[in-house]
Amino acid sequence: MPETKASTSTHERLIWRVAEVAKIVDETPRVKSLVLDVPGWPGHRPGQHVDVRLTAEDGYQAQRSYSVASEPENTRLMLTVELIEEGEVSPYLTSDVRPGDKFELRGPIGGYFVWTVAIGGPLFLVAGGSGIAPLMSMLRYRAAVKSTIPALLLYSSRTFEDIIYREELDQMAARDGLTVVYTLTRRQPSGWSGGARRIDRSMLASVSPSVTARPRIFICGPTSLVESTAESLLELGYERNFIKTERFGPTGA
Amino acid sequence: MTRPPISRGFRGRRPDGHTDRLPPGQYVTSGFPVLSAGPTPHTDLESWSFSIYDRDIALVEWSWFEFEALPQTSVKVDIHCVTKWSKLDTHWQGVTVDTLLDAAGLSRPTTPFTMIHSDGDYITNIPVEDLIGGRAMVATRYEGEPLAPEHGGPARLLVPRLYFWKSAKWVRRLQFITKDKPGFWEELGYHMYGDPWREQRYAGD
Repeated sequence: MPETKASTSTHERLIWRVAEVAKIVDETPRVKSLVLDVPGWPGHRPGQHVDVRLTAEDGYQAQRSYSVASEPENTRLMLTVELIEEGEVSPYLTSDVRPGDKFELRGPIGGYFVWTVAIGGPLFLVAGGSGIAPLMSMLRYRAAVKSTIPALLLYSSRTFEDIIYREELDQMAARDGLTVVYTLTRRQPSGWSGGARRIDRSMLASVSPSVTARPRIFICGPTSLVESTAESLLELGYERNFIKTERFGPTGA
Repeated sequence: MTRPPISRGFRGRRPDGHTDRLPPGQYVTSGFPVLSAGPTPHTDLESWSFSIYDRDIALVEWSWFEFEALPQTSVKVDIHCVTKWSKLDTHWQGVTVDTLLDAAGLSRPTTPFTMIHSDGDYITNIPVEDLIGGRAMVATRYEGEPLAPEHGGPARLLVPRLYFWKSAKWVRRLQFITKDKPGFWEELGYHMYGDPWREQRYAGD
């Protein structure tokens, strides 16, 4: 059973709140981050997500879930959205939304895929593509509370240009006990010293914290990456109960 | 209630034709997204079993081969995930809970509530009412094929009238319990019942 299960019989009803877009960050050619002011926001824990609801002029509504990428200490909420061409909500959020625009949001949702310093470490994060978002919340939180818990991020992207938050990750890695290992699956710049293939068992074996350190493991990305990584980590001897997963796929459209 | 802000220029991709089959806040997907909290369990069929408990007493246990010999039922249903996707006209085959209770010699359920137990220590609570009368099965085939592990194989519960997290993957035990209590996601803030048509996603909805 999860070792961090919240004893929660008193869940506040999750009401819809109005979020106002304060800032839009171009993360990669396909990914944008929306920085939001959400009056009354009750706060979140790193790894949780929110539901977003858009309303068209004729009243039609559409809802989707997005992970919170900002740390709880931040007064603003950041959602990172990847464009899915055939999607319904992501094309709007990545190309039409402007600062000052408003939409509805409610949360925080999910209490399992969550890391706080009380859970301990070492922290071992594996991300694929935009699956970095909830893990970024954990890393930003770890930096904000000046935690010295060792952390490792193994992050798979298609190309160098597709790496989300790269500069911020590099800055965080330069400061304290965080190690960031990138792997690029489609194309690598010349002189690239990181990984150059999909995450596999031998890559995990060479970069992972030792099994005896009992790392807390969080994996987020496309289903194929999450399934194969979790499987490999079990084979390498990591504890099932310490491996938490979240899938990002076309469902995030 | 105040009116929600309008997203100018947002039109959305409205479902064509089957809006009456789509609960509020859902959209139709043609894929079959996978959502699980941890690694996928792989239970080999030799060690797999399914059992029914009355509170703490085991009433019956079937091996995989005994389970496969039970009368099979096929259904075509729409499924609705709390993460907003719905999938229409999915085909499943398995053993209905009615058939299981019959086979166990239970003329009627012993309590009004159940806790469903799965590999990976997953549990979810479901009222008996939603499991009987042809409303639920333990499914072992999806679209004519053995159910894949990431979708809950070898066997998952199928309760299409509730949000799909209630259709527990890797299901192993149905336990009658006297008093309703929260399962895994319910403990973490998801709705105790989870009716998609009343949009009962989270506690308090």
